[in-house]
Amino acid sequence: MFLATLWACITLNFFIPRIMPGGPVLGLMERFRKDNVSPATLHALEVALGINTHESLIAAYVQYVGACLTLHFGVSYMAFPESVDQVVMSGLPYTLGLIGVTTVLSFVLGTVIGILGAWRRGGWLDSVLPPVFVIATAFPYFFVGMLALMLFSFTLHWLPFEGAYSQSPAWTWSSIWDILQHALLPGLTIIITSIGGWILTMRNTMITVLAEDYVRMARAKGLSPRRIMYDYAARNAILPNLTGFAMTLGFVVSGAILVEWLFNYPGVGYLLIQAIDAQDYPLMQALFLLITVAVLVAVLFADFATAWLDPRTRATQA
Amino acid sequence: MSVATSAGTVRPRSRALRGGLRFVRAIARNPKALAGSLLMLVFCFLAAFPGLIARDNPNAPAYLPLLGPSARHLIGTNEIGEDLWAQLIYGTRYSLLIAFAVGGLSTVVSVIVGVSAAYLGGIVDDVLSFITDVLLVIPTFPLIIVLVAYTQNAGFWVLTAVLVVTGWSYGARQLRVQALSLRHRDFLEAARVRGERSIYIIVVEILPTMTSLIVASFLGSALYAVLAAAGVQFVGLGDPNTISWGTMLNSAQQGNALGSGLWAWAIMPGVALALLGAAFALLNYAFDEISNPALRPVRKVSASAVRRSGTLAGGAGRDPRDVPALAELAGGARFAGVRAPGLLGPPERAPDG
Amino acid sequence: MVDAILQVRELSVAYQTDEGEVVAVDRVDLELARGEFLAIVGESGCGKSTLLFAIAQLLSPPAGLKGGSVVFKGRDMVRLSDSELRALRWSEVSVVMQSAMNALNPVKSVAAQMMDVCRAHTSMSKAEIRSRSEEVLRLVSIDPVHLDSYPHQLSGGMRQRAMIAMAMLFTPDLVIMDEPTSALDVVAQRSLMMQIKELQRRFGFAALFVTHDMSLVSHFSDRLMVMYAGQLVELGETRELFERPLHPYSRGLLEAFPSIRGAKEHLLGIPGAPPDLARPPAGCRFAPRCPSVMTPCTTTAPELLEVNGSLVRCLMYEDAGLSETVRSS
Repeated sequence: MFLATLWACITLNFFIPRIMPGGPVLGLMERFRKDNVSPATLHALEVALGINTHESLIAAYVQYVGACLTLHFGVSYMAFPESVDQVVMSGLPYTLGLIGVTTVLSFVLGTVIGILGAWRRGGWLDSVLPPVFVIATAFPYFFVGMLALMLFSFTLHWLPFEGAYSQSPAWTWSSIWDILQHALLPGLTIIITSIGGWILTMRNTMITVLAEDYVRMARAKGLSPRRIMYDYAARNAILPNLTGFAMTLGFVVSGAILVEWLFNYPGVGYLLIQAIDAQDYPLMQALFLLITVAVLVAVLFADFATAWLDPRTRATQA
Repeated sequence: MSVATSAGTVRPRSRALRGGLRFVRAIARNPKALAGSLLMLVFCFLAAFPGLIARDNPNAPAYLPLLGPSARHLIGTNEIGEDLWAQLIYGTRYSLLIAFAVGGLSTVVSVIVGVSAAYLGGIVDDVLSFITDVLLVIPTFPLIIVLVAYTQNAGFWVLTAVLVVTGWSYGARQLRVQALSLRHRDFLEAARVRGERSIYIIVVEILPTMTSLIVASFLGSALYAVLAAAGVQFVGLGDPNTISWGTMLNSAQQGNALGSGLWAWAIMPGVALALLGAAFALLNYAFDEISNPALRPVRKVSASAVRRSGTLAGGAGRDPRDVPALAELAGGARFAGVRAPGLLGPPERAPDG
Repeated sequence: MVDAILQVRELSVAYQTDEGEVVAVDRVDLELARGEFLAIVGESGCGKSTLLFAIAQLLSPPAGLKGGSVVFKGRDMVRLSDSELRALRWSEVSVVMQSAMNALNPVKSVAAQMMDVCRAHTSMSKAEIRSRSEEVLRLVSIDPVHLDSYPHQLSGGMRQRAMIAMAMLFTPDLVIMDEPTSALDVVAQRSLMMQIKELQRRFGFAALFVTHDMSLVSHFSDRLMVMYAGQLVELGETRELFERPLHPYSRGLLEAFPSIRGAKEHLLGIPGAPPDLARPPAGCRFAPRCPSVMTPCTTTAPELLEVNGSLVRCLMYEDAGLSETVRSS
């Protein structure tokens, strides 16, 4: 599945520019030529973009796939003469840090709250939070972000309102603190908007599981409520949600692009939008592929985790 | 020997009428559904008759630019002097239109793909499922903006098309799962045995049973469309000539509205988006609760109190496993299902209630 | 009854539904002596499983106890606190449910599920728990090698027997069983019943056994209780009930059984259906379907009467002179 989707993405990346009317990529190539780029670089770009007009479609396609797999994406137009790889690497760590941490936090917190909320049906956790979060998940990411900006940056002047750092990054405490400060608002925005989804799905699955016979059996056995909640209910409820986690990672990534743009946070998402604005197709394609691959890897990981936790799937694979 | 009907059997009423009344009653009783419906009605009204609420022409740069909120301009004016309140109200049209367009089209595609895959099975199912899954995994927003970038044009229909293409897969998967579970149910077997054609079976028997999922899918797609369209415009990739909340947000961002203290400009379109999104989400959530009673709110009572008193004041959620038993208890004129032979002898079918 | 281990008095259970309260179990009384096997039979929806869960204090919303007491070994379980109840559970009262596939936690091995209940109630060491688990499995003829298997890896019959083994862990005084054989084929049913009976003979526990299949328990139970529409309609010794059923409903149930050796007879069913418990009828609940119905039956609700050592809920056995019978059986 992983490979199939990967292949599909690469193919999409290859074919879309060719299908689109107006030959946008050719336009780009024209601009490159006008800027007196070396023929070798031009050729590399042609391969990367898959627009080599001298060769047959199949050959061009094969070349393109090869280029992708070996991570030769060519040269970025917008950041010329930097190669695409360099540009991507400059933004990657910020995004990884931001999204990596916030997604995990959001998932863990959301799951725990969902479990507790379902366990104590009718308690405040269950009646107050779900409706609140239903509404919160409908908020666009940037809305929450703007509110946060308005409140914390412009009114209270507690946190910086844009960028990832105010001083050049270095391995010093002050620099790290600086980076953290800049990441706090974007991170908070992502957590607030995405946690609602986790809470709700976990809660709903827990409610269904709590009605199962084996939970009643656990009560009959006289086990402590805590053990029933974790060992019998939560362990079963979390299984379908793990795959969901990977699926919704795609949404979080989407939202993260908006958040990065709002906060001028120079991560991968921000770069993508800049690339699109500048019609920098090589960079655009590479970023798109990167984002997709990341999500795919997460899905794969979730699949493994589910198989590891659920003895029923383990058995069928054995 | 004659049979006396027991007192209190449900009188036969037409199924559709009962279903409709129950539906309306369910909405009225559910606060989320009420709130969502009201919000939606307000928005529809605004989209249909914007002139009633907003005095000015949203496209007319007739005023001084960058004014803050005042009695004359409730939100202020933008950088070329257009009234923002008018833009906000007129912008409702765009969001609602794209919501319903994308919602409707993408639901249609989802239903066709999902149900066909489930019903036809075999290689058709394999291929369709594969396409669905691939589209499902690819993160949508990056794909949307990439597609928009390539088309170099973000007009309404182009955007709609892109959103439908990226959005149908979620609903298709859910519908396929449900259609699969229905495939072998008895009432379908009965239809097949009667000799009905496949199309008939799909449209008349399967689809009505899946109504709740189809509606949920529509609401979900509509919500997705509103937010995604706004997102595209917010990052500046939309058509700058449309009046919509997303473009308002973009110009606010470009004009550094937040930084220069023009908060209303930046926040109000977001509020509008959030409210519309909330309306869809509330309707969706309420629909979930109405169709699955187990998710309804439960009043908190301690376990031992539940053991002792049978009375849980108001709105007790139903244990879904007890529903079939309840249906038999409260169903009256229904055949009491018996598994092992010998208890009641040859089954006697009671008149259907 | 002397030496009664369980005394249930006026037990009522009600479901809260959107349409109001539905009383699923209506003032049931029963007593169980030590080591006695009492079978509870009735058709689907008569409330027998609900009664069982009510006795075991395992009801969940929207079902709740409406009234009554459940005195087990001198203590009223209804009034116990949660922790006192938990101490009782499994060590003195254990439960066997209908479908082991649903009643066993799918993500834990059989050994782990036995371990957690041992840990909860005793301070046995891991090794002791292990050997005890093996012991109970052998009791039900399961090779202990299956101890580390997961529920889905065992066959249906094995799963069910594993559940019974688990119920034997502390050799409780009362075992409550909710249709434990329904999910099995006829041959497996029989062998499971014999296994249960053998265990009972060995360990002397009292058993409450719910089933919809009367023929299954005819050879195994000491006493038989018949339920209809949430009420107890007859309770007596099994042999006695089979040979001389008092209540018209019991009679109808028994007449529904063909006999393998007997002459070919026309099988009689019981026409009609149970009443809607959201709106229970005034008078006897069985009256609409009763072949021996009399005029007072539709207006007067019969009380539980004692007739020759059995309990029966039917106006036929009241002393006072009765008005004309509409039908005689």
